[in-house]
Amino acid sequence: MSDTPATSLAERLAARFGDTLTVSTQRNEITAELAAADLIAVATALRDEPGFRFSELIDLCGVDYLGYGQTEWDTTDISWTGFSRGVEGQAMGRFDWAQRPRGDNEPRRFASVVHLLSIEHNRRLRLRVFCADDSMPVVPSLTSVWPGVNWFEREAFDLYGILYDGHPDLRRILTDYGFVGHPFRKDFPLIGNVEVRYDAEQKRVIYEPVSIQPRVLVPRTIRNDADLMQAKAEAADHWREN
Amino acid sequence: MQEIRNYTMNFGPQHPAAHGVLRLIMEMDGETIVRADPHVGLLHRGTEKLAESKPFNQSIGYMDRLDYVSMMCNEHAYVKAIENLLGIEAPERAQYIRTMFDEITRILNHLMWIGSNALDLGAMAVFLYAFREREELMDVYEAVSGARMHATYYRPGGVYRDLPAQMSQYRESPWHKGNDLKRLNSWREGSMLDYLEAFTSDFPSKVDEYEDLLTNNRIWKQRTVGIGVISPELAQQWGMTGVMLRGSGVAWDLRKKQPYAKYAEMDFDIPVGVGGDCYDRYLCRVEEMRQSNRIIQQCVKWLKANPGPVMVENFKVAPPSRVEMKEDMEAMIHHFKLFTEGYCVPAGETYAAVEAPKGEFGCYLVSDGANKPFRVHLRAPGFAHLSSMDTIVRGHMLADVVAMIGTYDLVFGEVDR
Repeated sequence: MSDTPATSLAERLAARFGDTLTVSTQRNEITAELAAADLIAVATALRDEPGFRFSELIDLCGVDYLGYGQTEWDTTDISWTGFSRGVEGQAMGRFDWAQRPRGDNEPRRFASVVHLLSIEHNRRLRLRVFCADDSMPVVPSLTSVWPGVNWFEREAFDLYGILYDGHPDLRRILTDYGFVGHPFRKDFPLIGNVEVRYDAEQKRVIYEPVSIQPRVLVPRTIRNDADLMQAKAEAADHWREN
Repeated sequence: MQEIRNYTMNFGPQHPAAHGVLRLIMEMDGETIVRADPHVGLLHRGTEKLAESKPFNQSIGYMDRLDYVSMMCNEHAYVKAIENLLGIEAPERAQYIRTMFDEITRILNHLMWIGSNALDLGAMAVFLYAFREREELMDVYEAVSGARMHATYYRPGGVYRDLPAQMSQYRESPWHKGNDLKRLNSWREGSMLDYLEAFTSDFPSKVDEYEDLLTNNRIWKQRTVGIGVISPELAQQWGMTGVMLRGSGVAWDLRKKQPYAKYAEMDFDIPVGVGGDCYDRYLCRVEEMRQSNRIIQQCVKWLKANPGPVMVENFKVAPPSRVEMKEDMEAMIHHFKLFTEGYCVPAGETYAAVEAPKGEFGCYLVSDGANKPFRVHLRAPGFAHLSSMDTIVRGHMLADVVAMIGTYDLVFGEVDR
């Protein structure tokens, strides 16, 4: 990607910020996790200090970790009745509002993820801040550091209900005027809550509860049986045979 | 004495210059903008949430519909993110095909932009000229994928199929016959690559035509020179990328700085503006069309000389051929599993970005090891650009807002997602 290898930036981050950041490197991409309280100070330093100079905030988005790693289909054991049909469970798209999963006990559910870009050093960095309280997720706003984050924070607020403390104008941005709920949360039904139609008698557009049924065609499956390693070996065999 | 008050004006969402569904609430002092508040989201379809509910490959088609004038570039970002997590790489020929189609897409996008922007600012003819060439390139999209716009052509591990050996031709009809038909089919005798070769040798003269209409046009310059000036600092503060950044003099292009596909092997230049106004951005985009044309020529030359596979030989990700499927049990099982369940992507997260025609289009992908993405976030350049609208148009005239919307090169499919 650039002249300096990714590890050196990770090392410099660790040296400069110490325990404030938890730095990890995956495939040449650096992720730093930090506490909400440190965000503004770290962000300002990352923007201004000559070793970092992350002049651009490329992206900010919310993530809801509710149900992370949950599978609908047990692929490791079979019982005497065979494999499950994979049609149970409460994965994405399978529930309506009344049956939605409750994420009360999920530790560290909401995160705000920021992608930074340093044009001077040609480097990228990902920052992740987990919200302490799930019922009222709050993260400090970065608008004072990068004004361009304004709409991205509004989007994360709109879709995930993450509150950005200090944001000058935290309104909804993508959903409809008067929308209720935060639609990208994992406990918000894929089919939504309301549908609209034009009512000829009342001569206006009216809102009604959704009439469609939640439906999923492909069950959510996790296979970590080193599929790809196996595939590599098979591909090698394939070439040997031909 | 009469009392004078600012008044609030509503612009769009149905306005010919709103480029789709932008609604702008503007506070005006006479003809001068005091405050502009864009309302977006009228085209919000929840693409990211929909992608979470289906296997990875089924969302490729949604990517086309984000920025619906630079379709394959969006696919490229999404496919690249999946490839990152899977740890696979497309074969060389597929990478050349992707490079070529990214550049075809760039020309398509810039043609749409030059036409509609000129139309907004009062020049009708450019639109008609630009659509003439757009049609020719959309035929290439159609030849390779069957669809003129929403191609769904890229796949994790390569592209859906190899380039066609025969370019489609016009058939005789009451509207196309005789010499007219012969002229329309003159480029189409050979393969798709021959067609593109003919197109690229002809295209620079077409760009000259657009330039004849605009570059020294007095009215065009009055509407764009010195309008919407963005300093390099301001551009970086607002997260601008692509031409919006380069027009302000920052030589930043992912194709050069963080090359992907085969851009590292390509010989091309990056045009950079000086003043950061609408006119400079116009000049940058026009020059980019010429540079894209050069890249396509290089790709065509390579692709003609080097046949080969266009998809990885990894049946856990890419389906085996139909012929194999009919004869081989193993291939049959792979095929069945891929089309009923899809493939599982190892747990992890990645951010993959491409230099889309409008700026940096990125895909942030979080996987928990399942056959469906856990979280997909699409970073659309237009979203970041439009957010700076209020800061930039303050103090400009109402007519300049139209010039500014044009120069942002907005498409609401990607802004609203």
